[in-house]
Amino acid sequence: MQLDILMIEDEVNIAEAVRFILTRAGWRVDLHGDGDGAIQIIRTQRPRLLILDLMLPNRSGAEILAELRQDADPELAAMPVLMLTARGQVGDAGGQADAVLSKPFDNDDLRAMVRKMLS
Amino acid sequence: MPLNALVISCLAYAALMFAVAYAADRAAARGHVRWLDHPLVYTLSLSVYCSAWTFYGAVGYASRSGLEFLTIYLGPTIIFCGAWWGLRRLVRVARMHHVTSVADLISARFGKSNRLAAMVTLIAVIAATPYIALQLQSVRLSFEVFAMDPRGVVTADALGGTALWVAIGLAAFTILFGTRNLAADERHHGVVTAIAFEAVVKLAAFIALGIFVVWGLADGPVDMLARINRASTDPRIAEGWLLKPDRWTALILISAAAILTLPRMFQVLVVEAADEDRLHVAGWAFPAYLFAMSLFVLPIAVMGRELLPADANPDLYVLTLPAASGQNLLALLVFLGGFSAATSMVVVCAIAVATMVSNHWLVPAWLALRRIPVGEDTDDLRGFVLNARRFAILAIVAAGWVYHQASGGAAALAAMGLVAFSGMAQVLPAMLGGLLWRGANRKGAYAGIGLGFTLWIGLVFLPSVGIGGDLPVPQGMDAWTAAVALSLALNTLVFVGVSIFGFPDPVERFQGLSFVSAIEPLRHSRTASADDRAEPLLAMARRIWGPEAALRYFQTEARRQGKSGYLPDLTPDFLTGLERRLAGSIGSATAHAMIDRVAGGVALTVADLLQVADEAQRAKEETQRLEAAQAELTRTARQLHQANEKLTTLSVQKDAFLGQISHELRTPMTSVRAFSEILKDPDVSDPDRLRFAAIIHDEAGRLTRLLDDLLDLSVLESGQAQLNITVVNLHDLITRALEAASATRAERGFLIDRDLPSEHLGLITDPDRLLQVLINVISNARKYCDAVHPVLIIRVQRPQAGGAIIDIIDNGSGIDSGRQSLIFEKFARLNDPARAGGAGLGLAICKEIMVTLGGDIGYLPGQGGAAFRIVLPQKPAGGTG
Repeated sequence: MQLDILMIEDEVNIAEAVRFILTRAGWRVDLHGDGDGAIQIIRTQRPRLLILDLMLPNRSGAEILAELRQDADPELAAMPVLMLTARGQVGDAGGQADAVLSKPFDNDDLRAMVRKMLS
Repeated sequence: MPLNALVISCLAYAALMFAVAYAADRAAARGHVRWLDHPLVYTLSLSVYCSAWTFYGAVGYASRSGLEFLTIYLGPTIIFCGAWWGLRRLVRVARMHHVTSVADLISARFGKSNRLAAMVTLIAVIAATPYIALQLQSVRLSFEVFAMDPRGVVTADALGGTALWVAIGLAAFTILFGTRNLAADERHHGVVTAIAFEAVVKLAAFIALGIFVVWGLADGPVDMLARINRASTDPRIAEGWLLKPDRWTALILISAAAILTLPRMFQVLVVEAADEDRLHVAGWAFPAYLFAMSLFVLPIAVMGRELLPADANPDLYVLTLPAASGQNLLALLVFLGGFSAATSMVVVCAIAVATMVSNHWLVPAWLALRRIPVGEDTDDLRGFVLNARRFAILAIVAAGWVYHQASGGAAALAAMGLVAFSGMAQVLPAMLGGLLWRGANRKGAYAGIGLGFTLWIGLVFLPSVGIGGDLPVPQGMDAWTAAVALSLALNTLVFVGVSIFGFPDPVERFQGLSFVSAIEPLRHSRTASADDRAEPLLAMARRIWGPEAALRYFQTEARRQGKSGYLPDLTPDFLTGLERRLAGSIGSATAHAMIDRVAGGVALTVADLLQVADEAQRAKEETQRLEAAQAELTRTARQLHQANEKLTTLSVQKDAFLGQISHELRTPMTSVRAFSEILKDPDVSDPDRLRFAAIIHDEAGRLTRLLDDLLDLSVLESGQAQLNITVVNLHDLITRALEAASATRAERGFLIDRDLPSEHLGLITDPDRLLQVLINVISNARKYCDAVHPVLIIRVQRPQAGGAIIDIIDNGSGIDSGRQSLIFEKFARLNDPARAGGAGLGLAICKEIMVTLGGDIGYLPGQGGAAFRIVLPQKPAGGTG
């Protein structure tokens, strides 16, 4: 059964909160906490939606997104991505994301955005 | 007309001239110079250019060679209309240097060389003598016209003394009005006014004759032009009337040169000019005068040819034409006009040449014989100069008369005008070069004038008096033109060539600068006794070194000579030393010249030297000022560039810092907000509730710590941190720090390795702040040390200068060398934040604290694990409690 959402986030508490919220809304959610190896996990899990934190240890969300968009597999390259950022502004890297959500966020907003992106 | 009547008219006219000159001199002496100084008087005096040679000769010339006579008027016209700025320059420079003659000008420009002046004087004398003879000849010939009885026979005995009496009269006039005083500016109001008067007579006579010829003899201008046209086609004269371009060019050039170099022209144009502003009027009025003088030349020549016998002398048409027509009064007027032309030329020429002869031949010779130091301006000398000038005038007029007698009134005299022109033209290259080209020098002037003079003597002058032959030239070329072109070309070539390869001496260079840039030169001052010469040297040095330095040097030197006061004796030692010192400031050549002149001679006056010194100093100061300004600009630009870079860096850092703070604040807030919303959901299980509440609590604590750290850092960075300085035992502090940090990852059993005796040190510092640093470093070790059996080593050393060095070392994997320098930066969190729990401000705060305490903290590489060294002074820099 296909994974609905993969979240790459190093802050465990935030990851825990997001997983709790989205799981209760009915989606299958998986977590990964490091920039390294994120691409491999995306390839193997092939989620319908990727939630990506911008500030990650070792490899930033922007770098991961850029590589993903260049992927030879068109399905991966076109994967919907929701970027989470704690920075004031998103910058160039956010431009390639399908949606951007600023931390801290409203739980309802998160749910609504995910629902829209998965529909 | 009876000869006696002519003689009486002539004498009356001469008496009138004496009266005019006398009145003008009297007026000038009383200070009434306004009308004497009128530019028109000046302009009329320039008409001395039109001598008897032009007055009578122009018609003869036109009769033989057609329009060629015009060249003699075209040269000066071109100079006055086309080079008026050059004339102004010449007059200005000559007035500045109080130049008394063309020879004086050349000598002053080329290093005040008297030998050069003597050479120019020689040319002037050789050229002037036959020229004066020509004037006497013209007077005699004009008498002859009236003395001819109806049969054409001259009553010779009646004429025998004419030339002599004229010569004597002219010499007397010249001496009387030309040597009245030795005025500094060498101006002669009486002479100039008389000449201006004569100029009017000349012009009036010539125009009256012209009107008579055109309207009296011919039938108006139309008829006159038809006659001229007919004459020009007459085969007997057509060949002579052909235009010869090379000869025209040479003639225009030579007559243009003549207006500048002929002694009499230089006298009226430059020496007698009150200032260069007269040239405003003369610039147009003199060419207009020349035009009026030339207007009727051709009509008179053509009419003379038509009406007078074929053997009549064309040079005398102006007289014989009215005489033959029975117009005795007109003939008398023309005679007086010619007489005016001749006498004014002789008078001015005699004054000019006599000034040169006396200044450059007689006076130097007399001074050399008498061994009087140059510059001693005694009354004795003054008297001698006046007498020398009178004698020279007499000698020159006498020479002209002797020459006239010797030549027997031959036709050869007619060519003398052009011969004189081309002789004085040899001075032109040096004159123009000296005025316009700083590189021109004395050797070049010597060589050029010397060669040109020699060639002129051999190729122009001697052939003109029948010695030697004309220059062998290709057919169709004119010998005179070739000789003039050759001598002037070689003259110029040698002058320029030698100047380029020669090196001017300092006096010359200074004069060159003064002439070419028209810089005001100096007044001559009297030479002082040897004792007084140290004073000008001091004044000079003062202008170069400044008052204190110069006085100090002179005082030191005087004291060394055992003298009191501040003026040392001018011993060779002192002069050599001074010269060397001055050379350091103004260059050796200038210094040498200056010392040499003040201490050794008076060719240049003290005022000269002060000016040289001033100019050198001004140039030096200007250069230094410009250099300083340049350096200042460069420095400012560099500072601005640095400031800009710093601001850019700061701006980037500020943005990065704000981004970091934003991130560090938003992260815990995100958890708090998300979980608190989740808790509102009644369906959440109790264990989840408890877990989420704990997370909220932790994250809130993290926020608090971050805010505390930021506040702390901002206080420390702004330098407003309050320190509580007391005496503290380091051992106690370390123990307290270990206890406080033991809560961090308490589950790991850290082995602590201390050297207790060395820790017992008394320090004067802020114990709380130092404790904060120690706890931070120890906590970091507890957090990040990845060894299986973690060990923490603490070592304390006491440096010689006091204070303490604390090393805190763990046995983990340490920090990569590349990141060691980064760890003290703000937000330099290296590893997983989950293990740190801080925002990465800890070490940045430690660094700020240690700097505030007057010490430092740094990473200690090469210790195996992570190692930090804390350095403390004995007491803080500010040092109070």
